Amino acid sequence: METLWFCLVAFMIAMYFVLDGFDLGAGVLHLFAARTEEERRIVLRTVGPVWDGNEVWLLAGGGVLYLAFPTLYAAGFSGFYLPLMVVLWLLILRAIAIEFRNHVNSRAWIPFWDVIFACASTLLIIFFGAALGNVVRGVPLDESARFFEPLWTSFLPEGNTGILDWYTVLTGLTALFTLTVHGAAWIALKTEGDLQARARNLGKGAWWGMLLLAVAVSFFSFRVQPHIPDRVMAEPWIFLFPALALIGLFGIRVAHGKANDRSAFLFSCLFIISMLLTAVLSLYPMVLPAVTDPANSLTVENAATSSYALTTALKWWIPGMVLVGFYFFYTYRKFAGKVRLEEEGY
Amino acid sequence: MVSSILASAEFIHRFHFAFTVTYHYLFPQLTMGLALLIVILKTAALKRGDENLHKAARFWGKIFGINFAMGVVTGIPMEFQFGTNWADFSEAAGGVIGQTLAMEGTFAFFLESTFLGLFLFGERLLGPRGHWVAAFLVFLGSWLSAYFIIATNAWMQHPVGYTLAPDGTIQLASFSALLLNPWIFWQYVHTLLGSVLTASIVMASIGAFYLITGKHETYGRTFLRLGVGIGVAAAFLVAFPAGDHQAKMVAKHQPETFAGMEGVFDTEAGAGLVLVGQPDMEKLRLDNPIQVPRMLSFLTYFSWNAEVKGLKDFPRENWPDNVPLLYYSYHIMVGLGTIFIGVLGIATLLLRGGRLFRMRGMLWVLMLLLPFPYIANTTGWMTAELGRQPWVIYGLMRTSEGYSKVVSEGNALFSLIGFMGIYTVLSILFLFLVLREIQHGPEPAGRAPAGSSEGHS
Repeated sequence: METLWFCLVAFMIAMYFVLDGFDLGAGVLHLFAARTEEERRIVLRTVGPVWDGNEVWLLAGGGVLYLAFPTLYAAGFSGFYLPLMVVLWLLILRAIAIEFRNHVNSRAWIPFWDVIFACASTLLIIFFGAALGNVVRGVPLDESARFFEPLWTSFLPEGNTGILDWYTVLTGLTALFTLTVHGAAWIALKTEGDLQARARNLGKGAWWGMLLLAVAVSFFSFRVQPHIPDRVMAEPWIFLFPALALIGLFGIRVAHGKANDRSAFLFSCLFIISMLLTAVLSLYPMVLPAVTDPANSLTVENAATSSYALTTALKWWIPGMVLVGFYFFYTYRKFAGKVRLEEEGY
Repeated sequence: MVSSILASAEFIHRFHFAFTVTYHYLFPQLTMGLALLIVILKTAALKRGDENLHKAARFWGKIFGINFAMGVVTGIPMEFQFGTNWADFSEAAGGVIGQTLAMEGTFAFFLESTFLGLFLFGERLLGPRGHWVAAFLVFLGSWLSAYFIIATNAWMQHPVGYTLAPDGTIQLASFSALLLNPWIFWQYVHTLLGSVLTASIVMASIGAFYLITGKHETYGRTFLRLGVGIGVAAAFLVAFPAGDHQAKMVAKHQPETFAGMEGVFDTEAGAGLVLVGQPDMEKLRLDNPIQVPRMLSFLTYFSWNAEVKGLKDFPRENWPDNVPLLYYSYHIMVGLGTIFIGVLGIATLLLRGGRLFRMRGMLWVLMLLLPFPYIANTTGWMTAELGRQPWVIYGLMRTSEGYSKVVSEGNALFSLIGFMGIYTVLSILFLFLVLREIQHGPEPAGRAPAGSSEGHS
């Protein structure tokens, strides 16, 4: 039951990165891909009706994490206190930028929110990527399952670690390039003309950065987290997921070549999900490794709540997710197709 | 060495949550009630085929959108803070309240966010009936969200359906007991009526503003009729039966809290109801009291001579840790509630034959009433939360045991200052945008009509 909930939480986090990933990526490209006011309105319009729902995956995923693994939630959130507070502020600023930008038509208003939207999106992705890097590398958990990390210490991924070291900066940048490619595919899919052409070119360029960083991260992860080599040797089926990630990675490239935005976007989804699953599966059964004493690591067993609570929750979680599937299917159908300004509703 | 209470980690963590949640609740308390009023407006518009009512609904839709965005962005930090600032509480209780919080995300947030998008962007796409459905589902989502939050709070006030595990954590024993906690019903009704009251008074207040300034007068009258009409019902019901039952529940299950909020130090048969007075925590008595004799006993136990237990009969370590603030919060809420009944009652009588629309004095009173439901709702929540102290889970876990021990006061203060800064900026932007919308009104002169490119992003 604990393992099942581990998979469900992983599913919800993957959904978050795939869905909010494209609107975060669109934010990164907002200033570069869209040059004119009209184009910027279009970019915002592509994410306008859906970004809030996408972000709910973070909240709902967080809620389910809290429910199923309270010890992990408590340890992780208090230990990553400072970066999480920064993440909260960035989430606030970004949402306000999207929601408030079009309320006032002034040159002293709109460009300001465009910059906030772009910067907040970029920084959020780097923080999320670095957070993932922290989870893979491990944190200095003590015997009572607590730790506290400053933002940085020596920038070395060992001993008294900080949130940022060269490894987590690397994972942050990998996330940045990955979601930039993802966002570019989204913009290209939803737009036409110059904007679409620019988004495609930016996506093509960012792909090379993504390729380089993904290779580097995969290589260094084996060195930084010694559990990973043991685990994948014992369970070679895990290699299925990096293989899928490779298919995603080169699928994007092929789709870029054919100017097929839909398959570029879908391959990008595949890449993101496979990379994430590779990471969490090669850590399993750990959910938060300790760099101090491996015995202090949090695992699916010692971080989970009672099996009664987990069984009960499954009974409402499944119908809940069916409903959510219906909402998303309905919304994306309603707002399907290219975005054109003259079609803008109220 | 910690030299003062103001520099203790516990205090800063408490203030951190109190500040962010108080600010957050300024927005949902409007949007939950306003969602209902918008559904009413849209229903009437559909039935009567009245274009003005559609415009009125669109106008409130814009105000709703701005408030909803504020509610969402200030709401995200609440869920995070359970983990960041209250890790020890979360680890102990996550197995129980994780259920209700995760259900809120799954059942309420997805519903709200999906149909808010359609409500704000899709009026043309959906047609009038489809748009009504979107509005109704946003209303349903926000009231559902309130249920899960109240269920969570109710469990902290009155824990049920749990067992204590050997490792010190609290485990869920009965899911149905958690969702059907007897504490939930009246707290939910009381809270939601409070929210309807805020929305009604805001609507009436803006209606009064339009009549006083002689702008958008047709709409002003509609807003006054609806705001006063729904507001007067909410004002009565929030006090009785909802508030009455809630107070009796507190008296039964949290007697120290009840003594503290009523300002009762000495156990007394036939206790008087304190209207005014200042708690003196040195001498343990109420200074300058004005009381209605025997009234408290009667209201609480239906008997003029019933005994009400005073604070002195409880161990001091179980007293709410800030009795004066608890007492004042409760009395401000009750006092304002009484004023709302009076003002809205009179306004209702004046609505007959439209006399209200010509009485400038009364219009001024209604216009200036705007901030007070916010104060009443805030002090109501302060009563609930200060009253539960010194417990974070009543009778089970003290607040001093619940905060994140690994987050030092310096780090907690850092983020508290950050939130204060960001929320100051948000307040300015919010007021600027809302006042602009009110200024433009439902039928903006010289602006493109709704439906053209102007409008929501």
